[in-house]
Amino acid sequence: MANMNLYSRGDKTFVIINMVLIGIFTLSTLYPFIYITAISLSSGFAATAGTVVLTPVETTVEAYRYILGDSKFWISYGNTFIYTIGGTLVSLAFLIPGAYALSRPQLFGRRFWNLMVAFTMWFNAGLIPFFLNMRDLGLLDSYFGIIIGFAVNGFNLILLRNFFEGVPDSFEEAARMDGANDFQVLWKVYVPLAKPAIATVALFCMVARWNGFFWAMVLLQDENKIPLQVYLRHTIATLSDDPEFTATQLNASYSFETVSAAIIVCSIIPVLIIYPFIQKYFEKGILLGGVKE
Amino acid sequence: MAQTQSGTAPAKSQFAQRSRATKIKDHLRNEWRLYAMLLPTIVWLIVFLYKPMYGLQIAFKDYSIFRGIANSPWIGLEHFENLLGFDWSALGTDDPFWTGGNEQFLRALRNTIYISLYSLLIGFPVPILLALMFNEVLNQSFKRTAQTIVYLPHFISSVIIAGIVITTFSPSVGIVNTVLGWFGADPIYFLTRPEWFRPIFIGTTIWQEAGFQSIVYLAAIAGVSPTLYESAVVDGASRWQMMWKITLPSILPTIIIMLIIRIGNMLEVSFEMIIVLYQPATYETADVVNTFIYRQGLQSGQYDFAAAAGLFNAVVAFVLVMSANAISKRFSRTSLW
Repeated sequence: MANMNLYSRGDKTFVIINMVLIGIFTLSTLYPFIYITAISLSSGFAATAGTVVLTPVETTVEAYRYILGDSKFWISYGNTFIYTIGGTLVSLAFLIPGAYALSRPQLFGRRFWNLMVAFTMWFNAGLIPFFLNMRDLGLLDSYFGIIIGFAVNGFNLILLRNFFEGVPDSFEEAARMDGANDFQVLWKVYVPLAKPAIATVALFCMVARWNGFFWAMVLLQDENKIPLQVYLRHTIATLSDDPEFTATQLNASYSFETVSAAIIVCSIIPVLIIYPFIQKYFEKGILLGGVKE
Repeated sequence: MAQTQSGTAPAKSQFAQRSRATKIKDHLRNEWRLYAMLLPTIVWLIVFLYKPMYGLQIAFKDYSIFRGIANSPWIGLEHFENLLGFDWSALGTDDPFWTGGNEQFLRALRNTIYISLYSLLIGFPVPILLALMFNEVLNQSFKRTAQTIVYLPHFISSVIIAGIVITTFSPSVGIVNTVLGWFGADPIYFLTRPEWFRPIFIGTTIWQEAGFQSIVYLAAIAGVSPTLYESAVVDGASRWQMMWKITLPSILPTIIIMLIIRIGNMLEVSFEMIIVLYQPATYETADVVNTFIYRQGLQSGQYDFAAAAGLFNAVVAFVLVMSANAISKRFSRTSLW
């Protein structure tokens, strides 16, 4: 916008107050992460005495040593990667061709198919029928069930479809002139053009998969198949259920609090590593596709 | 072309029909790839989302695992009567019509409405305000950094967030009680106290989602025509005035659409977080319909009864979004459909 010199004194005050408020909101978003990291690196005594505020007290990596030595932690960590990578790839395999087909005007019954997708965004059968269906399909306690059972999401499909619809026809016509069929048009023209939208949808799928916990908890009984979130929930549940429990389990170098803080930090790290690379994509992607809906 | 000739002579209409069949055949021969691409997605929708709708009928049945969905006997509205406490047979007699219902369900319904309503009232304006404020930041690197940070919690699992909340509010470790201790207060077991559940839950979800939700509004603000601001500057408007008189009205359609979506999802409070945060001591204020369904259905195996509760929830949600849309259509000519 305009030059700062054009601003009145009132404007300058407004801008400064605004910055301060945003600063406060931002710091209050950041603080819990710093705090939990500090807890994870503090000794059990220090953490339980409530002396940790900003930086680790009696710094120790015992909590990390404890969880990194737990084979269940590694199994669940590996499972989370399987569900995230497998699930995202399967989702894209359904979403990209489906969205492309739905965006084509020559598709017969296009309105009907689109309505069929949109309806699932507003109405679903609910927890119990969904669970019974998964059970009847034999997808309980199965990697495959978690990966395929949540592959398509109406919102993501429509976001991609909107993006494909926005691609100018001339791109497609040029490819058709060269004798490309729909598969080739999609793969060689639309996919490269739709990179921001596909990256956004891929990101949404990844986040949903990485974070997904409820259905993993309900559908998976086998301890060797559960993802990190379910493992973490088991740990936190035992910790939070009984205030007495934590006191008796107290250990000089680590406690249940520092251990669960360490699990939390370990499970956030991959998100933090990927996050900066995709931030620009999801901002662009939401700007392009999401608002139209 | 086929349609224009129909209805003239019988011979011709037969010809028209045949040409229609050939047209479909030609269409499929030319465009089969499109249908091949669509097919997996449609099959998926049918298998995983539409087929369960068939299973919804157990809400009206005495469901037994051994008989299966189709062979379990119909029992009409019995589950709903038990849930809500309506006794239809008492209509027109002297017996009481309302028998009290399932206390836990009604409590869960009440809690769902309270939590969603408070979340809506307190949580809905926050991302709008954030977007308006971000728009007024002139220092681009400050803006970028702040945005990067406030989007972050959205990408972190409810279980993790709940873990952070539990640690933060814990009576022994928690920073909240540490700070209260500086002022000489005794530690409070926040997460075992029913009166603290809602403030903590609502605050947490706002903390987690407000930043990310502001993106949609920022996108809408980016679409506002710069000429509006230019003429406002000529008229001597302050930044404050521009924010209220130009930016806010310009994004009003987006706000209304988001509000409708939000009302439609109102009863779908993020119960993943509630499941991790609540405990029997706080059920009184924390138990919502979805957590009730989880306990009754998936933990205790009363599938039919829990499915009825789910259907009731879905119908209420459907009515809510339809009404919100209708009201919005009437007063602002903005609507989802």
